[in-house]
Amino acid sequence: MTVETHDLHPGHRPPALLWHAGVAGFVLLWWLVYHRLSPLADRLTGLIPVDRHSHTGEAIAFFLYDVPKVMMLLALIVFAMGVVRSFFSPEKTRALLSGRREGIGNVMSAGLGVLTPFCSCSAVPLFIGFVSAGVPLGVTFSFLIAAPMVNEVALVLLFGLVGPAVALTYLFFGLAIAIVAGFVIGKLHLEGWLQDWVREIHSGATPPGGVEGEDLTMVERYRLGLQAVREIFAKVWIWIILGIALGALIHGYVPDELMARIMGADAWWSVPAAVGIGIPMYTNAAGVIPIVEALLGKGAALGTVLAFMMSVIALSLPEMIILRQVLTLRLIAVFIGVVGSGILAVGFLFNALF
Amino acid sequence: MKQVKVYGPGCKRCETTEQMVRDTAARLGLDVEVEKVTDARAIAMAGVMSTPGIAIDGRLVHAGGLPDATRLEGWLTA
Repeated sequence: MTVETHDLHPGHRPPALLWHAGVAGFVLLWWLVYHRLSPLADRLTGLIPVDRHSHTGEAIAFFLYDVPKVMMLLALIVFAMGVVRSFFSPEKTRALLSGRREGIGNVMSAGLGVLTPFCSCSAVPLFIGFVSAGVPLGVTFSFLIAAPMVNEVALVLLFGLVGPAVALTYLFFGLAIAIVAGFVIGKLHLEGWLQDWVREIHSGATPPGGVEGEDLTMVERYRLGLQAVREIFAKVWIWIILGIALGALIHGYVPDELMARIMGADAWWSVPAAVGIGIPMYTNAAGVIPIVEALLGKGAALGTVLAFMMSVIALSLPEMIILRQVLTLRLIAVFIGVVGSGILAVGFLFNALF
Repeated sequence: MKQVKVYGPGCKRCETTEQMVRDTAARLGLDVEVEKVTDARAIAMAGVMSTPGIAIDGRLVHAGGLPDATRLEGWLTA
């Protein structure tokens, strides 16, 4: 990392060196606090006049420990990802993917989907930008599936609330579904099922090449990281608290056997039911994962819960409505069908393995 | 007079960007014409792949995320 010395307005902003020191100091402080969270939460719970081992006591302890823990993890990782993403852009990703063969193209596309800044509100311009520059349709889909499904908010929450093994599992199979589903859609050769106006662009009139390179300083990258933290928190804090509160209730009150019976591995129909319920549901990762954690804790099968979570995050009605502008209904149906089948397969596989 | 186009389908960031452009222009006493482009097709055809995007006098200067305040001043006064 080099120290930037040529700030645009040295008088108005702290110099780069101060930023580097500030970020390093903050990470250190974060580390110190994070490792003392558990005793702190215990002491706080002790202050409340409820028996620690009663249902209410357990629910309160769960809440007081998990909320700060998840918030801290989220702040650090979202900041780091914000900085990392500043090195990627849709333009650079498109240049890497255009004309790429299917197969390797799908793998690269899914990986870049995780790293490239993406907001579902610009799914249509991005789709056009990719397809018009000669990125194959299936490769474009791999990107569009991976970008929302494998995101740092989902991964951090899984890591913090359920554990590293499940978070890694989600990362791996999320990417696998994006790669395979994109590959399958590519093999079906459905270019004819794009909306007419998209097909016209496809066959020639390329839109201009996008923004001319913005070279960012390291300080600007830090600022982008902070901006990402602000935006994510503004969007998800209420869901995290509500979700964890609901999780705490299930944790403390729902009988262990109930979930095992409804969502256990023995009930084969639980996976398709979870996907069926998950697709029309729309919430962000933050709202769904604390519930996932509590369900798992009460004996729901891992495959069923992962399938539910993936279908909630990866397939949503608002996104389909946005994509309707570029895809015909037939193509959207294929998209849902292929991705949904992938999720089903992951769900069954996990219930069989674990 | 500069012609500024802000590209965005109507998400919150896009609205904030448009307001930033207007506020900055007003603060610097610049006479600019701001147009908001919300049609996804028009956005795509302008070469914007991540919104919000900003074009000044037909030249795309920014795409994706809120613009940096200092850079925005630079584009408007250049």
